[in-house]
Amino acid sequence: MQNIQKLEKKINSELTTKIKTSKINHDQLYFKIDHEDLINVIIFLKSNQETKFKQLIDITAVDFPEDKKRFKIVYLLLSHENNSRIIIEYSINENEVIPSVTSIFPSANWMEREVFDMYGIKFKDHPDLRRILTDYEFEGYPLRKDFPITGHKEVRYSEDKKKVIYEPVRLEQNYRNFEYESPWEGTKYIKKQSKKDD
Amino acid sequence: MTKHSKTLNLNFGPQHPAAHGVLRLILELDGEVVEKADPHIGLLHRGTEKLIESKTYSQAIPYFDRLDYVAPMNQEHAFTLAIEKILKIEVPIRAQFIRVMFCEIGRILSHILNITTQAMDVGALTPTLWGFEERETLMTFYERASGSRLHANYFRPGGVHQDLPRGLIDDISKFCINFPKIIDDLESLLTDNRIFKQRNVDIGIVSKQDALDYSFSGVMLRGSGVAWDLRKAQPYDCYEQFDFNIPIGKNGDCYDRYLCRIEEMKESIKIIKQCIERMPKGPIKTINNKITPPSKKEIKESMEALIHHFKLFTEGYRVDKDEIYVAVEAPKGEFGVYLISDGSSKPYKCKIRAPGFSHLQAMDYLIKGHMLADVPAVLGSMDIVFGEVDR
Repeated sequence: MQNIQKLEKKINSELTTKIKTSKINHDQLYFKIDHEDLINVIIFLKSNQETKFKQLIDITAVDFPEDKKRFKIVYLLLSHENNSRIIIEYSINENEVIPSVTSIFPSANWMEREVFDMYGIKFKDHPDLRRILTDYEFEGYPLRKDFPITGHKEVRYSEDKKKVIYEPVRLEQNYRNFEYESPWEGTKYIKKQSKKDD
Repeated sequence: MTKHSKTLNLNFGPQHPAAHGVLRLILELDGEVVEKADPHIGLLHRGTEKLIESKTYSQAIPYFDRLDYVAPMNQEHAFTLAIEKILKIEVPIRAQFIRVMFCEIGRILSHILNITTQAMDVGALTPTLWGFEERETLMTFYERASGSRLHANYFRPGGVHQDLPRGLIDDISKFCINFPKIIDDLESLLTDNRIFKQRNVDIGIVSKQDALDYSFSGVMLRGSGVAWDLRKAQPYDCYEQFDFNIPIGKNGDCYDRYLCRIEEMKESIKIIKQCIERMPKGPIKTINNKITPPSKKEIKESMEALIHHFKLFTEGYRVDKDEIYVAVEAPKGEFGVYLISDGSSKPYKCKIRAPGFSHLQAMDYLIKGHMLADVPAVLGSMDIVFGEVDR
């Protein structure tokens, strides 16, 4: 636990202005940065003798459609030497292109392809930015919050044409999303009040 | 006169018996030497992450069984731990022991499958037949505890779904006595087998540095000599109470990874034995009825229990706004869940970090310069299950 606080101080003092905010939550380090600084920050974290975050665990994005900057990009790194994890994040607009970290971590290749596939976020200098998990010729970005859960197209084998065909999704019953907001836990205005007390 | 050489493109899969599922691997061959491999994945993509966003937390647990479907409970473990950490729930000690025991059973299940199918890929059929008999026994244990052989849906935030049935512990302990003999039998078929060694030794070598750079975890990392196991490094549940070793490899080739898996099974047996010896008595899930449903008997007698039951199965429990990454040492490597909750009863975002995804990514790097016949051997030693790679 002390170790992680030392690490936070160390990174903050070395990267000073590049770090917007930092916090420790659930024994993990969370850093907010600007996306222009990404490459420098990642190189520092990987190569510095005290941080040694040598493994990239995952890259992912989160969609907040209501926010000004819609997507939050998240990098999870792991340091074996310090036995600690760090989470780097920054927000971007919908059409912004962000730098790829494939030159630092080769494993970022597929992870960035997945982010591109699921959210439509483009990476600069990526060697091979294709879709990865979705079908060939798939349209849309499934993990965006405005993508319907039932999708747009369905596949079936057509007995007439003797081949597999794509058709627009037809639902016998509309997709129902039940609202379970209940009066039992207290109404909204009470909830807001109790939040203030915290 | 100049000789023209042309590379041949070969489509390996998606219906190839050695592809371990639906992998379409496009190989560029120069004669029999592989020059480039381009894995096309996603043929089993079911949109698990999208589906989880529209389900309550308890409805999301079964999706985790369907990721790495040869060791379902290990996946559930990561998700339940994430919720427990956000909600700050204390898990009763008996539940922790049960969970650790079943995770280790899952590890054996997965390793048996991997070792025997890897052997089958390089030409040995007998190990599969012997190994699957044991898998069947283990899956009966799953069934007796959870009611289902494969898709267990047994772990819950705050404990496990139900207590172990009478006699199960005795049977597992009998299994622990018999199983080492089976491992020895399997080893007698493979470890010193000339053909098995010819096909695996010095094939698909991963150096320490590359294993780190390519985000390898689990046996793929340990086979290359990096002693890193989350059960030791960042113990979750009650793993720190058990005495076990982390086997590591030396050369980082397919054969070392096979040896690591064999040793890991022996260590798992050790853990299960300790679990059985020290299995405490007590509740198997937290008694907080805001999180875990009350018993059937209580529902008949208490109004409050009835309300809790109704609330839990309609709205589900709410999880405070938070963000967390939790990883467990699944049989295949680091399986992680990056969970963002927004205070409602459904996850806002649940990213699943599957170990197989980064392993398969390195296929091109691993197979370059090898012969075509080495493709199944390397693929087999990576321990790929498409449920988790494609999600």
